[in-house]
Amino acid sequence: MSTKLFTFKGGVHPPTSKTLTQDVPIEDAVEPKTVVIPLSQHIGAPCDPLIAVGDTVKVGQKIGESKAFMSVPVHSSVSGTVKRIEQHYIPNGSKANCVVIESDGKFEVHESVRPKGTVEKLTKEEVLSIIKEGGMAGMGGATFPTHVKLSPPKDKPIDILIVNGAECEPYLTADHRIMLEKPELVLLGVKAIMKALGVNKGYIGIEKNKPDAIEIMQKTVEGQEGIEVAPLEVKYPQGDEKRIINAITGRIVPSGGLPMEVGCVVENVGTVATIGNIIKTGMPLIQRVVTVSGSAVQNPKNLYVRIGTSFKDVIEQCGGYKEEPGKLINGGPMMGIAQFSDEVPVVKGTSGILVLNKKEADLPEPSNCILCGRCVDACPVQLMPYKISRYTIQKNFDAADEYHAADCIECGGCSFVCPAKRPLKETISVAKKEILARRKKVK
Amino acid sequence: MDNKLIASSSPHIRNDETTQKLMLDVIIALLPALVASIFYFGTKSIILVVCSVAAAVITEYACEKFMGRPVTVTDLSAVVTGMLLAFNLPSTAPWWIAVAGSVFAIAIVKQVFGGLGFNFLNPALAARAFIMASWSSHIASGFIDPATDAVSSATPLTMIKTGAAGQLPSIADMLMGNIPGVIGETSAILLILGGIYLIYRGTIKWIIPVVYIGTVAVIALVTDGASLLLYHIFGGGLMLGAFFMATDYATSPVTDKGKVIFAVGAGILTMLIRKMGGYPEGVSYSILLMNILTPMIDKYVQPKVFGVAGGKKNEK
Repeated sequence: MSTKLFTFKGGVHPPTSKTLTQDVPIEDAVEPKTVVIPLSQHIGAPCDPLIAVGDTVKVGQKIGESKAFMSVPVHSSVSGTVKRIEQHYIPNGSKANCVVIESDGKFEVHESVRPKGTVEKLTKEEVLSIIKEGGMAGMGGATFPTHVKLSPPKDKPIDILIVNGAECEPYLTADHRIMLEKPELVLLGVKAIMKALGVNKGYIGIEKNKPDAIEIMQKTVEGQEGIEVAPLEVKYPQGDEKRIINAITGRIVPSGGLPMEVGCVVENVGTVATIGNIIKTGMPLIQRVVTVSGSAVQNPKNLYVRIGTSFKDVIEQCGGYKEEPGKLINGGPMMGIAQFSDEVPVVKGTSGILVLNKKEADLPEPSNCILCGRCVDACPVQLMPYKISRYTIQKNFDAADEYHAADCIECGGCSFVCPAKRPLKETISVAKKEILARRKKVK
Repeated sequence: MDNKLIASSSPHIRNDETTQKLMLDVIIALLPALVASIFYFGTKSIILVVCSVAAAVITEYACEKFMGRPVTVTDLSAVVTGMLLAFNLPSTAPWWIAVAGSVFAIAIVKQVFGGLGFNFLNPALAARAFIMASWSSHIASGFIDPATDAVSSATPLTMIKTGAAGQLPSIADMLMGNIPGVIGETSAILLILGGIYLIYRGTIKWIIPVVYIGTVAVIALVTDGASLLLYHIFGGGLMLGAFFMATDYATSPVTDKGKVIFAVGAGILTMLIRKMGGYPEGVSYSILLMNILTPMIDKYVQPKVFGVAGGKKNEK
């Protein structure tokens, strides 16, 4: 077996902080009394509710759907009564239409939830339909509708599936635990996706700081033709789609392009295992593994949480706050979204709930750029972050565009390494948004 | 608790490196050479360093107060400038020259252009040039020879320049610093030690020192032959310049390729001045000239952006 480690150019080494939860087995979360299920938990068209206030619903029942292709349905994660359909804050910081369901505590499963049979017997179209109907959207955090990714246009043939088990975000261990505890679901999901794509090469990329996961996955895929484990160097953002493709295949996704342009599809481990679970049990995406961690959480855990459970309920099960929280984050510390309240629901893209204490949350005071070039070395896209940031602050978006601000993947590596503590990524994000908006206008 | 949560943009963690820590590393790296200078040149050397550093820090504080900018003396960059400037003076230089140089370095070269990171010339080197232009008699002659404690006007490079190569000290003395010269440049071995420390700590990259010294070595070998090679490398300000001056963040290119161009250019200019110019030594002027080219290098030498064909902008 090859001992070569795959990696990419640039990147940073934040402390992984994973020991808090990496050895803590996944635990079923306490059943929530009330869930708030957003009708939009994915990139694309929001769903229309299929139920009305007062209706009773069961676990796994479809409660929202859209006719648009770029959309996936949502399902109830409890059985009970629909109390309200209302606007509610969701973890991306915006407000969305949400279905508030009061659980009856019975967790009665809906009739539509039935095992889907074996992958071998399903057709490509059936697999795609199961994935869409199962409400699948990328669970690594980006929540791109999975069936859309798996339906590339005819002129973009796909030949490689990459399963992303890098989990390069500090603190997060959800994918790690899934690989350790549910490797057979990962394998089932891999086979299903390979069938849907019609490819016969699949890689499972795992950072080498998870040797146990590499070992288990290697054992699991043994004898499976075309599927192999690719050990990756520990470096952030190894799990970025374009970085992991480059690391494993050497292919370079063109600027502004999607992985399909180089014949690749990347799916996160959590997504793949959930697809495996949908095929095995028929239960759509109503539950996910969430790493609850950080210095201000009493007992950090990996919890199997029902979608719609509030952050507050989840944190309470982990013994509550250890000290006054300074920052509450949906996702990891590098790319996660800071929340202003713990009254937001866990959604399909919630890979982690991170609670930092006051001291860690303190924003550093920026000083002059000393032109040390650390941001340039750190950038996995080979941008010059200090220049783009400077032009952005001057509101010179044309110059920022010339320096390829729109290619920024917002990994935060530049800000992480900046000795002057300048908000590099934070400002480049502003430029990127502005540039993309302008391009849209021109079109 | 809700309204007390900080909801800022990601990333939510930073590494613990700070400007102050980087500058402190440079100061630590300069300490061995400082100790050697006291050993060779006595208390005159420490007086110059103290005057120079104090003047630099006070000037920085005063300028920032006057211009209504945040006071940043705690970032230690003024201390580094003060030390480097003093290192460029002979032990016979009067204290007021150190003070005048520091005031010029901080007020004119650094603060007028916007403070740390905005200066386009290395402040210490620009101040050295200012002193050379203003009071050259005070600093270009009158080097103390530590071996005899007598005033000598000839550094090893002057001897080469004037064709007095026969009087050159031994290589061992060159390495240890037992030779006439400005206070910080004489002990090549301790400067290299400091430079290795900086490279090991990741404070500076190896590219500029190695390529700079390498370029000088190749040209020296070709023009003066093997017998004078080591004198060209260990003599004069090359070690001090290559490890501590040419690596100044603000005035050297940020990209690796740019650093190579910068270092090769500095090496060629240094040897050009040594061989054909009016001065025996060319390190400081060559670095200053390359400082001026740095913004242009940074404009034209950019990393190839991932996924962008030929490094050109994508037409949309």
